[in-house]
Formats: sequence, C-alpha cells, structure tokens
Amino acid sequence: MATTRIPPAGPSVPVPAPPAGRRDTAATPPRRRKALTPRSRAGRVLLWTVLALVSAAFLYPLAWLLAASLKPRDEVFDNALIPRTFSPQNYIQVWEQLPLVSWVTNSFLIAILAATLVTASSALVAFGFAYFRFPGRNFLFGLVLATMMLPGAVTMVPQYLIWKNLGVLGTWIPLFGMNLFGSAFYIFLQRQFFLGLPRELFEAARIDGASYFGLFRRIALPLSIPSLVVIFIFEFQASWNNLQSALIYLNAGSVDGFTAPLGIAYAMTKYSPTNGGQGDYQYVMVATLLITLPMLVLFAFGQRHFIEGVATEGRKG
Amino acid sequence: MHVSCPMWRMVWEFENGVPLVGAEVTAGAASAGATSRPKRARNKYNRREALAGYLFISPWIVGFLVFMLGAMAYSLVISFSHYNLATNVAKPAGLKNYALLFEDPKVATSLANTLFYAVLAVPLEICVALGLALLLNRVGRGAGFFRTVYYLPKMTPSVATAAVFLLLLNGNTGAINQALGFFGITGPQWLIDPAWVKPSIVLMTLWGVSGTMVIFLAALKSVPRELYEVASLDGAGPVRKFFNITLPMISGAVFFNVIVLTIAALQVFDQAYLLFWRDQTNASPEASLFYGIYLFQQAFREFNFGFAAAMAWVLFVLILLISLIQVKIGNRFVYYEGEKR
Repeated sequence: MATTRIPPAGPSVPVPAPPAGRRDTAATPPRRRKALTPRSRAGRVLLWTVLALVSAAFLYPLAWLLAASLKPRDEVFDNALIPRTFSPQNYIQVWEQLPLVSWVTNSFLIAILAATLVTASSALVAFGFAYFRFPGRNFLFGLVLATMMLPGAVTMVPQYLIWKNLGVLGTWIPLFGMNLFGSAFYIFLQRQFFLGLPRELFEAARIDGASYFGLFRRIALPLSIPSLVVIFIFEFQASWNNLQSALIYLNAGSVDGFTAPLGIAYAMTKYSPTNGGQGDYQYVMVATLLITLPMLVLFAFGQRHFIEGVATEGRKG
Repeated sequence: MHVSCPMWRMVWEFENGVPLVGAEVTAGAASAGATSRPKRARNKYNRREALAGYLFISPWIVGFLVFMLGAMAYSLVISFSHYNLATNVAKPAGLKNYALLFEDPKVATSLANTLFYAVLAVPLEICVALGLALLLNRVGRGAGFFRTVYYLPKMTPSVATAAVFLLLLNGNTGAINQALGFFGITGPQWLIDPAWVKPSIVLMTLWGVSGTMVIFLAALKSVPRELYEVASLDGAGPVRKFFNITLPMISGAVFFNVIVLTIAALQVFDQAYLLFWRDQTNASPEASLFYGIYLFQQAFREFNFGFAAAMAWVLFVLILLISLIQVKIGNRFVYYEGEKR
C-alpha cells in the first residue's frame, strides 16, 4: 500500500496541481484494465454470472424490505417479492402508528447540525495544520492521527459524565457537541486537500493584505467545496445511523424525542409478538424503508465521494 | 477512526527533524509572512504565524484535552472508585472494580463471546471482501455498476439492516430458511439457538462487507500490471500469481483491514443490541452477551459507572495488545511501497 497520501476526492474534483513531489505514481495507477478481463468467452460468462448472483444476494434484502412494506400483516412472511395483496395503505397508516415525523425531523436536524459543525471545525483545524508552521505541529498532527485508534467504548462513560456535569443531559448537545472540536479522520482528509492547493495563491493574497483568517475564509474554503461536501455527507450518514448515542442520551426521554434509529428499535419491540404486539411488521418495514431512502438518495448524489473516501481511508495507512 | 502501522511510521517521519521549540522571529521571516522562506530558516518560526496556527487548531486542542485526554483520565479515576451518579461523588474503591471483573462470570462470558465472534467474523469478512474485489477487478466495463450495487448495503442504516434481518432470519417463516428448505436443508433457529447467534450477526456483517471490498479494490488497482506480464512469461499460473504477486502487493491493505475489522468486531454493539437486547425477551441471553453490550448495560442501565469504566479500560488494553500483536506479525509479511526507495 502506498504511503503517499493523495488528495481525497478523486478525479471528480478539480484539484489544483499539487506541488511537485507531493504525488507519485501510486496516485495514478496505470489503467490497463483490459488485460485483466478473462480472455475466453466461457470465462467472461462465468465471471458475469457470479457477479450477477452476488448482486442478487446483496439486493435481495432491500427488495424484500420494499415488498414487505407493501403487504398486509399476514403476508409479510410469505417472502414473495411481489405482494399478492397490494397494500399501499401501510404508508398512510404508519403515520398514525408511529411518530415518524418527529423521529425523522429530530434525526435530520441533528445530522445537519452534526455535519455542519464537524465540517467547519475540521476545516479550520486542517488549515492550521496545512498552512502554518509552528513548534510542535507535526507532533500534534501525529496525535490527531493517533486518536483515530481510541476505541469509542473507552471514552463513552466519561464523556457522558462530562456532559452531565455541564448540565446538558436531556438536550441534543451530547449528540453533536463533540463535533465542535473537529474529527481526526476529517481533519486528515481536509489537510490533504489543503496541501494540494498551490501556495502561490496564498502568497499573492498575503501581499494584497489578506489576514490569516481571510486566507482561510476567502481562498481555502471556496476552493475546497468538493472535499467539504465529502466530509459533510460522511458525517451526515454517521449521525443519521447513530444508534448508540441515541440510546445513551435520548432513550429515557419521550418517544417523540427519539431519533429515527432509536425509533425503529422501539417499533421493532412494539410490534413484536413476544412482547405483546400484533406482529404488524409491515409498519416496521415502512418506517425502515423511509429512513433508509434518504441514505440511498445521498448515495445517488455522492456515490463517487463515498467510495473514494473509503478507499482513501485505507490508503492513508 | 482507524490506524495502521505505516501511519505510525508517518507520524515518526513527521517528528524527525522538526524541533519542538525554538521560535525566534527574524525581521526577514516576519516580512515574508507565511509565505515561502529560505531553507536555512526552517528551524525558526514566525511568532505571528505560529500564534495563528495555534488559534486555528485550538478547537481540536480543546477537544483533545477535555474529551480525549481528560475523559480518559476521568475514566481511569472512576474505574478505581465507587461512583454515585445522583450525588456525583466518586469514593475511592482501590482495585475493587477490577477484582469484581474477575468475579463476575458475565464478564468472562461476554469476553469469550466477543472473541469468538471476532475470530469468526474477521477472516470471513477479509476473504469475502477480497474475493469480491478480485472479481470486480476483472470486469472492464460495468465494474462501476456492480460496485454501486455492492455498496448499497453499506449505505443502509444498521437499524434498517437489523430490522430486515430480524425477519429474514426468522427460524420458521424467514426467507433464508425457506431458501435453505428449497435445497432440502432444514435451517436453524438463527436468533434463538445459542449456537447460531454469532453466525447470524456474521451474516449481517457480511452483507455490509463492501466498505472493506472498496479498500481492497483500490489496492488491487495500484498493483503494477508489468509484474503479471513478467510472471506470465515465466509461466506462472493464476494461483501462483495470486500468492506471489497480488497478495504481497496488497498486503498493506489486508493488514489495514484486519486491524480495523478486529477493532470493530471487539466493539460489536448495534446488531447485537437490535436483534437480542432491545427488550426483555431475549431467547439466548447467554450466547448473545457481547462485551460492548454488557459494558453498555452496566453503564447506562445499571449505572455502575466504576465497574463500566474498569470494563472499558480492560477492553482498551485488550484492543491495544491485539493490535500490537497484529502489527508484530504484520511487519513480517507486509510490503510497503515506500521501502523500495
């Protein structure tokens, strides 16, 4: 694996030419894929068959989810991918069954706050590390990277107590408060991007009398919209999916105050026959589908960012 | 988020040759501001610029001091005390909490379950992800399509995955057992039979294996094609090429994934909570008690913060030890591109 770090967002992003020596050939691997595809027809057929089967396996649970959400209660478990009795009224009844509007609104607002805060703070910190020279900079950046290794379980308990002592339990602050301070992986990503910006730009602005913050605000930020978007959607997804924090900080509150993941967990129990429910799983499936859709939409828009972001994560090692 | 060995090397490189003190303002450097400076002035810092740098990174410094370092120190103190949540008083308890860890059979059970899960899940995830990446790497056009399809489960929130698999894995009417029945196999009671608790979670994890796959795919793409051509000339078959070229060339990615997946597996929580622990009707409480679950219960359901903090520290040390062993083993096999220079 290359130890060279590359600008994260990939070819879709107009990355200014990085200073010489920043990249090496690892960033632009030779793209002669043709050579790897199987030569024989039988080989190709086999390859495509396997890939199609795997696709079916990956898609099946999602297709099943969609089908089940459209079935009446007693047909959910018939496992037909096309409902025998088409039951779109589930989508209307679910709003009376579960406070979905509150859940989705809560989750959405928290995710927006979390993503905005972490994008802003990480960019600020990343600019500090990328542009300025100060004693201990590299040591501190090493620390940033090292914190990525800290298991969440270790700080879970004391962080709860810190929020408790600050008197903000019962509010949303513990769910995104940490994001005020930047997040290691995003700082790393954004710093890489800033390092790719030509330094001459900043020099010119300095000569024109721009302040340090002006450099960040008027030059660095506008040029890094693509990578800021990456950070934003990554964090939006992370926050949208976050179950554990919601369990810790919101579970004791009212059902209306739940986030979407906590709400789904609640619904799974509410309708469970072992728990006195009627087995109305079609409602759970509708709710599940509705909280999954925003992520699929996000993916449709930012597909390349997601996949390349993850690949960068691996490459940074 | 994650770490791997070369990262430490990177950190080490950064530290080399960079003095931690020695800020000394010279007239020349000050007038040049933050812009390019002569090489000889490397060791001198412009005070204004340094100050601005510290200001820019100050959010992280505060967060690190309070929510990382502070939190860890706090957690260490609490692990040696009886902490009363209502009065906010931590009475010193010496090693009591740690002693309790050894007396409580549930700690041992949860640890054994977690390790068993990790040993089952990590190799399977690596193999499946690598297998899929190898397949995708052989597709010319259309690879993007399959990559998208394979990535969809990764976008599905973990609660959604759990909600669907709760029904798919139903022992009597679930789709998975019906499919097995089609081949004449009587499927197990996935979520009830203690022996099938971990395989159920592994199955769900495998459905979302595409993140790992994408990392492998990126690594495969950077293997120089020339190596394969040369090997072909020497008469190497596909199996030899895989073991003598592909695997060594992507060993860094394998290593990274193993470490990251192990750390994640040792903290397994969401799926176990949603499938087994969200209410009081868990059919196999013994087999589904994972370390992260028990830690969570002790902290936020029983409010035994001292005990939970001690559990967290044991987990931290365990993860550190396992990662160190993996690094030790990894260093023997992993090939880093940087080293050839």
